[in-house]
Amino acid sequence: MLPPAPALVTTAGGFLLVLSIVVPVAGVLLAFALGERYVRQVASTVVPVGLAIAVAVLVLLPRSDGHLVYLLGAWPPPLGVALRADGLSAVMLATTAVVICAVAIFAATDFRPQSVEARAPFAFWILLLAIWGALNTIFVAGDLFTLYVALELLTFAAVPLVSLDGRAETLRAALRYLLFALLGSVLYLMGTALLYGIYGTLDIELLSHRVSADSGVLIAAALMTTGLLAKTALFPLHLWLPPAHAGAPAAASAILSALVVKGSFFILVRLWFDVMPGLPGLAAAQLLAALGTGAIVFGSVVALRQERLKLLIAYSTLAQIGYLFLMFPLAFGASGKLESDQALAGGLLQAVSHATAKAAMFMAVGSIYTGLGHDRITGLRGVARALPLSVLAFAVGGIALMGVQPSGASLAKELLLQDTARTGQWWWAVVLQAGGMFTTAYVVLVLSHAFAPSDQPITLIGPAPLSRDLAALALALCSLFLGLLPWDSYLPVPYDATSKLFGIDALSKLLLPVLGGAALAILLSPWPHPLGSSAAWKALMRVVGPLRRGCLGFGSLIERGDEVLRQWSAAGISLLLVSLLLAASMFAAN
Amino acid sequence: MSAVTVFGLCAAAAVGLGLYGLIANPQPLRKIIAFNLLGSGVFLLFGIVGRRGAAAGFGNDPVPQALVITGVVVAFSATALAIALLLRLFQIAGSTTLNSRAAASPRSDPSGH
Repeated sequence: MLPPAPALVTTAGGFLLVLSIVVPVAGVLLAFALGERYVRQVASTVVPVGLAIAVAVLVLLPRSDGHLVYLLGAWPPPLGVALRADGLSAVMLATTAVVICAVAIFAATDFRPQSVEARAPFAFWILLLAIWGALNTIFVAGDLFTLYVALELLTFAAVPLVSLDGRAETLRAALRYLLFALLGSVLYLMGTALLYGIYGTLDIELLSHRVSADSGVLIAAALMTTGLLAKTALFPLHLWLPPAHAGAPAAASAILSALVVKGSFFILVRLWFDVMPGLPGLAAAQLLAALGTGAIVFGSVVALRQERLKLLIAYSTLAQIGYLFLMFPLAFGASGKLESDQALAGGLLQAVSHATAKAAMFMAVGSIYTGLGHDRITGLRGVARALPLSVLAFAVGGIALMGVQPSGASLAKELLLQDTARTGQWWWAVVLQAGGMFTTAYVVLVLSHAFAPSDQPITLIGPAPLSRDLAALALALCSLFLGLLPWDSYLPVPYDATSKLFGIDALSKLLLPVLGGAALAILLSPWPHPLGSSAAWKALMRVVGPLRRGCLGFGSLIERGDEVLRQWSAAGISLLLVSLLLAASMFAAN
Repeated sequence: MSAVTVFGLCAAAAVGLGLYGLIANPQPLRKIIAFNLLGSGVFLLFGIVGRRGAAAGFGNDPVPQALVITGVVVAFSATALAIALLLRLFQIAGSTTLNSRAAASPRSDPSGH
């Protein structure tokens, strides 16, 4: 959406945008200078300050017309560089601050100095602050090249987090992640060069007034979109995500899964909605949503077949990333332009609720892992009695993620479903409902194992500090009550959307995904069920046995397909194909 | 054929070779070198973009040069990080392949971590 008039002056409170970047970066430098002994003190000072800055932006934004601007050195673009924040930025800044706070509390007992390897805690706290600074830069950057630099900073901070424990397996995962991410960012940079060559500016607002359907611009758009998809790990460009997210320590996985993939997603939203809302065309948006559908099916089915809990959640992240891309075709208005409207609000809400819920789930699994010494799903019997708070945090996070009212995911789903009806694209409504069912399926699967009674009491091998579980639980509750917050001053959410969550049909909206999800969990999970010996289960299996065998066959087929797609050469070819298809559909639309 | 066209074709060739190397070469070190080739192609593209500003009467458009310098620094740090990871991997595992069974199918490790 084009703002009415380009505001080319620094607004009151604009310095907060500078602070949001400078404070975490200063923390990084200070931690380096002071060394390992003081790294926790630095982090525990910077984290509350950063949270306060995010809150201040939230408070100031509605008072200054929904836009904060800071011109660096008082030079207006195109000569200078501007930092801008709108409602989207403010929401993402706040989400990031909340998640980082929770992770910092969680990690405080985990990454004590001299607790594990000497370097790991030092590196963790520095990388945490570096990721925060990079993400904040992405959210407030006003031009495409600053976004590129921030994107690279984010990758450089995220990659070492993957290999924090230094095992060969995680080093491989980190190297794959880095190389594929570099491929993505070079494509983005190439698009930036083309855009600068055509228009002589990279400022988002100036570009949005100047872009036209030039062939160079369309190629740049296709290249940049593909690069960002590779960084976001949208199916089929997801080769790096499962090993990277599953191999990292719990606190690092929470950050990687909740926040890092949202960074490149946010740039994509800026590119499509702010820089060139009229250019991509409906066909390219349908392509993005189709890839998202592929991600939902592959991610969810493979997640249901994982034995390790962390891998299950990593694959669930893959599916949820696909869910985020369903908003693109729904955001097209009658004029054939992308409109920053209800669908965008739905997509962003989904990103926020996934960030909070998924971080909580990864942290809960981290607690379970330290408690049990493993995270095999089949070995989870009785864990609900041994680690009640961890399982509760996982359950609340899962319930929020599957879209039970009043979670953020349920509001997002409601907004997107209304838009499928408005634009007449019923097929995306089917995908949205199926996505909700799949999410329910893997949450139900894990909970049914965790709540199953155990014959012998579980002996915990590791400590279970209360603060860790409380941090995870608080974050999960955050996600569960997101739907009740007053979004309308930041996102284009209709006033009555929240109240619609509790209508008469709320029960059917709740039951449909739950029942469908339970059925999918029974049909697609190959692991022996904890109640497998009960009479009711045997009677059920007599009825659905052949169907289940068919579904398991389908599942193993999908899993093999996923393994092929995660080969480097297959992913490279997919990357080229995606960029060609995007370019072709954009050319066809103009 | 003007100098700008020649350099444009060189940039396209470097990008193409780099892209091919990054996708088709199995060894990580070669992938890193290919990434640098790809990056050089993009930087050359920025140089051409700056040169085209000369048509407007400037000696040369300085903004793309500033962008290229930043880009070179970023690519340099990326290479350094990748090489550091690669060296560490070689020290620990004794090989630098990315497609070992552990990396390709994480399920094959029954003990979990």
